[in-house]
Amino acid sequence: MEYVIEMLNIRKEFPGVIANDNITLQLKKGEIHALLGENGAGKSTLMNVLFGLYQPEKGHIRIRGKEVEITNPNIANELGIGMVHQHFMLVEPFTVTQNIILGKEPKTKTGRIDIKRAENEIRELSDRYGLKVDPTAKIRDISVGMQQRVEILKTLYRGAEVLIFDEPTAVLTPQEINELMDIMRSLVKEGKSIILITHKLKEIMQVADRCTIIRRGKGIGTVNVAETNVNELASLMVGREVSFEIDKKPAEPKEAVLEIKDLQVKDARKVDMVKGLDLEVRAGEIVGIAGVDGNGQSELIEAITGLTRVQSGQILLNNEDITNKSPRKITESGVGHIPQDRHKFGLVLDYTVGENMVLQTYYKEPFSKRGILNLKEIYRYAKKMIGDYDVRTPNANTKARSLSGGNQQKAIIGREVDRSPDLLIAAQPTRGLDVGAIEFIHKKLVEERDKGRAVLLISFELDEILDVSDRIAVMFDGKVVADLKPEDTNEQELGLLMAGSESQRAGEGK
Amino acid sequence: MTTNQKRYAILIPIISVLLGIIAGAIIMLLSGYNPIAGYAALFRGAFGDSYAIGETIRRTTPYILSGLAIAFAFRASLFNIGAEGQVIVGWLTAVWVGMSIDAPMIIHLPLALLAAAFAGALWGFIPGLLKAKLGVHEVIVTIMMNYIALFTTNEIIRNVLTDHKTTTESIKGSASMASEWLSSMTYYSRLHYGILLALFIAVVIWFIIERTTLGYEIKAVGFNPHASKYAGMNVSKNIILAMVISGALGGLAGAMEGLGTYGNISVMSGFSNIGFDGIAVALLGANTPLGVVLAALLFGSLKEGANEMPTGAGVPTELVDIIIALIIFFVASSYIIRWALLRYKGRKAK
Repeated sequence: MEYVIEMLNIRKEFPGVIANDNITLQLKKGEIHALLGENGAGKSTLMNVLFGLYQPEKGHIRIRGKEVEITNPNIANELGIGMVHQHFMLVEPFTVTQNIILGKEPKTKTGRIDIKRAENEIRELSDRYGLKVDPTAKIRDISVGMQQRVEILKTLYRGAEVLIFDEPTAVLTPQEINELMDIMRSLVKEGKSIILITHKLKEIMQVADRCTIIRRGKGIGTVNVAETNVNELASLMVGREVSFEIDKKPAEPKEAVLEIKDLQVKDARKVDMVKGLDLEVRAGEIVGIAGVDGNGQSELIEAITGLTRVQSGQILLNNEDITNKSPRKITESGVGHIPQDRHKFGLVLDYTVGENMVLQTYYKEPFSKRGILNLKEIYRYAKKMIGDYDVRTPNANTKARSLSGGNQQKAIIGREVDRSPDLLIAAQPTRGLDVGAIEFIHKKLVEERDKGRAVLLISFELDEILDVSDRIAVMFDGKVVADLKPEDTNEQELGLLMAGSESQRAGEGK
Repeated sequence: MTTNQKRYAILIPIISVLLGIIAGAIIMLLSGYNPIAGYAALFRGAFGDSYAIGETIRRTTPYILSGLAIAFAFRASLFNIGAEGQVIVGWLTAVWVGMSIDAPMIIHLPLALLAAAFAGALWGFIPGLLKAKLGVHEVIVTIMMNYIALFTTNEIIRNVLTDHKTTTESIKGSASMASEWLSSMTYYSRLHYGILLALFIAVVIWFIIERTTLGYEIKAVGFNPHASKYAGMNVSKNIILAMVISGALGGLAGAMEGLGTYGNISVMSGFSNIGFDGIAVALLGANTPLGVVLAALLFGSLKEGANEMPTGAGVPTELVDIIIALIIFFVASSYIIRWALLRYKGRKAK
């Protein structure tokens, strides 16, 4: 069998860490090869080595059997390697064609850009791989899924034979994910080869032929996807058995804790984002908000927690009006908030773990008295929290910045849950975390529910919404468009609702 | 990790100072002076006898306070270039109160000091308010405030406090920090009680930064205003408060000159540089009160010792300014030193 790319025994060190230790990845022509690993396992480092951004200390790279030295990204491009980035690199006001030819513009004889020729070429490429991209559309007018296809076209236009997809499904709806899978299949049918970087096991099972697993910088091996299953992949990735089942009893909802009536919120640019939303969360239940990013979820949370002003409408917490109260007032009246962006809102990264543990309570006894901090008490408490919530850190004096994402998140969850708020808001609590941490966080959310707290979960991962919630509210265009029970619905139906189709029972007949 | 960072926080300023001194030596050599004689004169000028020591400490005193002013604002991620203006208004106000009020010392001196702190605080409050409420960058406003302070002060000296003279009359004895005891101990240098006050304030500032909820909030706002807002802190209030405290410290630095060293104020043709040098002091002291005290002492010694260099070794005082500038340069490029240290360590580990 012919290999298009062989990365043999790659080793890459950074001061103090070995990011890649003896990793081998062999990509066959015409296959979809998944690269699986937890966050920080070394997937990106390996791909940056392939792309010439890093030079490996040891190991060889062979392209079509020939040994090569890739010292910068241009060489990688010339060798036919293209990358579809997770964060798109597109110029919003430009058209699809202008974006694709940027840096490699075809010229007419008089030296002008031959936009007609480029458009035709792109249309041809798009048709051949079933991408359905309109070359004359402006980027800002097309959907996220379509933008991703523009990124794919960009690599194809530059003659890529090998396409690397970096976590491509993170931003897509389930329908768009399915379409992307089809596109990947048609790409390999036309002779391209694909490396798919991901930590989502379901996708690997769905589309990949083989899968190489990295754990903590070490190559664990390569398996044929047909001969394995999700559980085996998970335990190879994490290094231990992982349970996907969330152990939970049926919910016993009681009185309403959070009531939102006809809420209207604008974002920072004064654009209406929440447009007359009604929502109720009761004690002892987890309400999951499903929706594609950018449909008003962030503004909804910021409005509840007092970080953004409410234009109109009412937010009641335990029958008390908290509309437009200060964040501190709202926190004190019983709201815990695990923020979506933990680096921006959740932590002061340059503070120690201990200092972060009291971020919401530092001004209260016993952590301070008459404005003077009681460091002994703060660190005693932090030590206890580190134990209770399994935060892996050398000690409480370590800067929050040097903790892994999962442990940062556990610290935030500990801080917010320990105040035993009546309402716990968890916004994307597992984003970017590995399976082990996800397991822990889901368990905590269910535990809080069982203690009779109201939990509001916002997530872009439908699996998470379906597994954890007791009730699902689908949000589209600033409103709740459907209120469903997880056992009565499925991903397809949710996906359609999230995309704005009428709230008829789309799942019927399937 | 933390111990490593602490070690770098100490190592980098020391290496910067050494590099600055070495570079100064090279420049002296190239200009045809004897660097050993030059540095010996510098040392004699700063510590050679009790008079020199007294004058060195006297010079150090305002640097401690202006360094603290800059360092405190830095902890809230604010760059208070306006310390210079705060020093000037503090100086003026201290002298004004010191010469125009009759009161027993126990009231008069604290009143003069508080007035100076208040004037500096006001000079910090304006840029703080503009930053917090309108997002105007504090660097621009404080630079402007410096000029307003300089020219307003000169105008007041000429036309309000005196009748078209360039120097005011002296403050009353009840407002003076001059100390016969300290002075006679140091062979009649101008050393005054200000140093004790400055050291006491350094301890207070350390306590505020490290041990109070106020310091906790100000540092949090400096590191991450979003998380601070999320945690229920009033970000605007903390920005204003940081600038007010910083300004008050600047004002006190001015009071050291007005109530201690000179006992009056003269029309200035340019800035006093006490505030501007405070930036370098804070930088060299890594924005910690202890670091600021040590860095202020270094600056005080260099400036005082420089007086001896022309007579003792024939080296022009400008060269001392060059050495100080080089030290600041090396501190400012601490990133390069850190990088070199890491590289050296990395190589040794291999």
